Amino acid sequence: MTTSTPEFPHRRTRRRVLWSRQRVSGLLWQIAVVGITIAIVGWLWSNALHNLSVRRISTGFAFLGREAGMPIADSWIAYSPKDTYVRAFIVGIVNTLRVAVIGIVLATVLGTLIGIARLSSNWLLSRLSAVYVEVLRDIPLLLQLLFWYVLMQGLPAARNAWKPVDGVYLSNRGLVIPSVPIEQGNLWVIGALVLGLIALYELRRRLIARQMVDGRSRRIWPYALVLVVGLPALVSWGLGVSWTIAIPELRGFNFVGGLTLAPEYFALITALVTYTAAFIAEIVRSGIQAVDKGQWDAAKALGLRRGFVLRHIVLPQALRVIIPPMTSQYLNLTKNSSLAVAVGYQDIVSIANTTLNQTGQAIEAIALIMLVFLTISLGISLFMNWYNARVALVER
Amino acid sequence: MTTMTDTPKNLLPLARPQYRRTLAGRIIGWLRANLFASITSTVISLLLILVLAKALISLVLWGFWNAIWTVPGDQTGACRAIRGLGACWAVIPEKFRFILFGTYPFDEQWRPALATLTFIALFYLSSRRGMWGQKLVLLWAGALVVIGVLMWGGIFGLSFVSQDRWGGLPVTLILATFGLAFGFPLGIVVALGRRSKLPAIRSLCVLYVELIRGVPLISLLFMASVMFPLFMPDGVNIDKLLRAQVAFVLYAGAYLAEVIRGGLQAVPRGQHDAADALGLSYWKKNGLIILPQAISHVIPPLVNTFIAFFKDTSLVLIIGIFDLLTTAKTSIIDPPWQPFSVEVYLFVSLIYFAFCFAMSRYSKHLEAQARSR
Repeated sequence: MTTSTPEFPHRRTRRRVLWSRQRVSGLLWQIAVVGITIAIVGWLWSNALHNLSVRRISTGFAFLGREAGMPIADSWIAYSPKDTYVRAFIVGIVNTLRVAVIGIVLATVLGTLIGIARLSSNWLLSRLSAVYVEVLRDIPLLLQLLFWYVLMQGLPAARNAWKPVDGVYLSNRGLVIPSVPIEQGNLWVIGALVLGLIALYELRRRLIARQMVDGRSRRIWPYALVLVVGLPALVSWGLGVSWTIAIPELRGFNFVGGLTLAPEYFALITALVTYTAAFIAEIVRSGIQAVDKGQWDAAKALGLRRGFVLRHIVLPQALRVIIPPMTSQYLNLTKNSSLAVAVGYQDIVSIANTTLNQTGQAIEAIALIMLVFLTISLGISLFMNWYNARVALVER
Repeated sequence: MTTMTDTPKNLLPLARPQYRRTLAGRIIGWLRANLFASITSTVISLLLILVLAKALISLVLWGFWNAIWTVPGDQTGACRAIRGLGACWAVIPEKFRFILFGTYPFDEQWRPALATLTFIALFYLSSRRGMWGQKLVLLWAGALVVIGVLMWGGIFGLSFVSQDRWGGLPVTLILATFGLAFGFPLGIVVALGRRSKLPAIRSLCVLYVELIRGVPLISLLFMASVMFPLFMPDGVNIDKLLRAQVAFVLYAGAYLAEVIRGGLQAVPRGQHDAADALGLSYWKKNGLIILPQAISHVIPPLVNTFIAFFKDTSLVLIIGIFDLLTTAKTSIIDPPWQPFSVEVYLFVSLIYFAFCFAMSRYSKHLEAQARSR
């Protein structure tokens, strides 16, 4: 019994664990799948290289520096067809973001309202919201977009424009509204407003934190008045900024002055907002219904009004259920904004498509589309995850 | 900050008026409870009734009272005269054959019609719980063969019709159905792969799913229509419809994989352990134990994905494939009928709505069933 156990058997068991049948088969599976994937990709790639050289299509992103020569009708930054493809792409990205951001905001507002209306005790209101949701969800977005676009084109000409309020014109040239020409001075004032809002937000957080300690609620509106109204007004007065309002006027066949929302943009926003709002309404409704009924009863027992209960007790709790599906709706709206190409609004997809037709460089153009959308998607996801972490239930 | 000083008036026990048990009394009671319960509610009701009445009247005037149902031949003068005041439904009987079946040879259009009916029968049978299982796979295989024979022809005395003449509703149904039929198994494999313990396979699946879900469907369709030919060897020329179909299969696969993955996560760990203890292989364990439970967990979201997918097939308009929406848009290029696109779009909306509404009702029914069990 004094002989030490030989090391051999011990090493064998270790070896067997290292090279078990499962492990070997797992490794072989992985090698096979990765190998096949690499082989397919390589084969496709070699075909592509061959085809590109046969068709004399150049590769690489050198074309971005060349003159684009494509007209862009609706652009928020200075652009002319003599500019480069890079500039055209930037215009496209701005146009996409313009649709996505405004669309997300409006769809959230409309969707939340409809979702709450769906739960209203008023029978007519809740039925109507249900019909809205059911109809809008069950018709393809592209069809709705074409429909809105056709309706826009069916509007009277600029001369007989429909005028709901003074200075607002709706015609087949789009929606024209009064605007304020933005110069440097105005930008300072807007900056002051943003600063004021940030300060107000921070202040509100502190006030709530203090209320949590002593239970006394504090007024916030005096601070709001100072920060959001007073500060920008002071800056405006100090710099002597002028706030002339440009009211659109009909001259000849078109409008001069004011801000014009092109029919394509208007149709796209309308279609995206009304369609996505139907989905958001359902998310909001199920989120509110997911909040325990006892919360309503308890709040009622305290004598709180229905609107107050909804805003301060139910919605904050519902947010936890609402945010994750809401994120995917925002992503959907952003991706769906690419339908712009069907009505001729020049977003990134439309501009990449024109580039593709002009240069033949399909791979680069589509890679750029994917890059832009993956970046935007990632941005929205990160933001919503951050927000979700903030509203998440903190359990003790 | 809103103060919490609210008069507790709504705590007072309100005496509920007792209505007579007559019909009129009950109606009034219902109206009071549901439309005029409070001042706000009354205001909302009155406003809505006003708006609804106005909308309904103009809709009836436009759609029925002033509408024109038939015109002789292409003489759309009468329709143009009342444009904006009345609908021109005459465009529907004139164009519906083209909208539904595209450029399919006119005398042979009973074949796509029959194929459409086969699709509907297939969907109906698939919705029945008794059919779920191996029977369903056989049914789908059989139905897809029948549809292929009907559409292509070339045997049983049917004349051959090539794909580029297909169009309309059958193309929409083909894109959706084949997309799902092939996307579903793909989704299952990818969902399993994403939960696999093998790092290489897992990361490949994650890459695939996130890449497809991160970009718009249009860019995938552009890829299929412009990039795909570049990636094929010389002389290989794959039909445009088939290329779009491949894009749809890849697209459906990624989205279905995420839904199925949700179902896989809902299967308790003990089921895996029990299957392992029985010595089942990986495929047997998943095929017989895990997947049936996982999929039955996620049937309602699966149906919702089907609805989204069905609507998404309309995007092929942008790459010029003749599905239902494209034929509708093309049918009004004809100069005499050009101004009447609203009527045509409404007609097509109704078709899309019928399919999607049926599916969404079905999904609700399944959810209710799941809740009651």
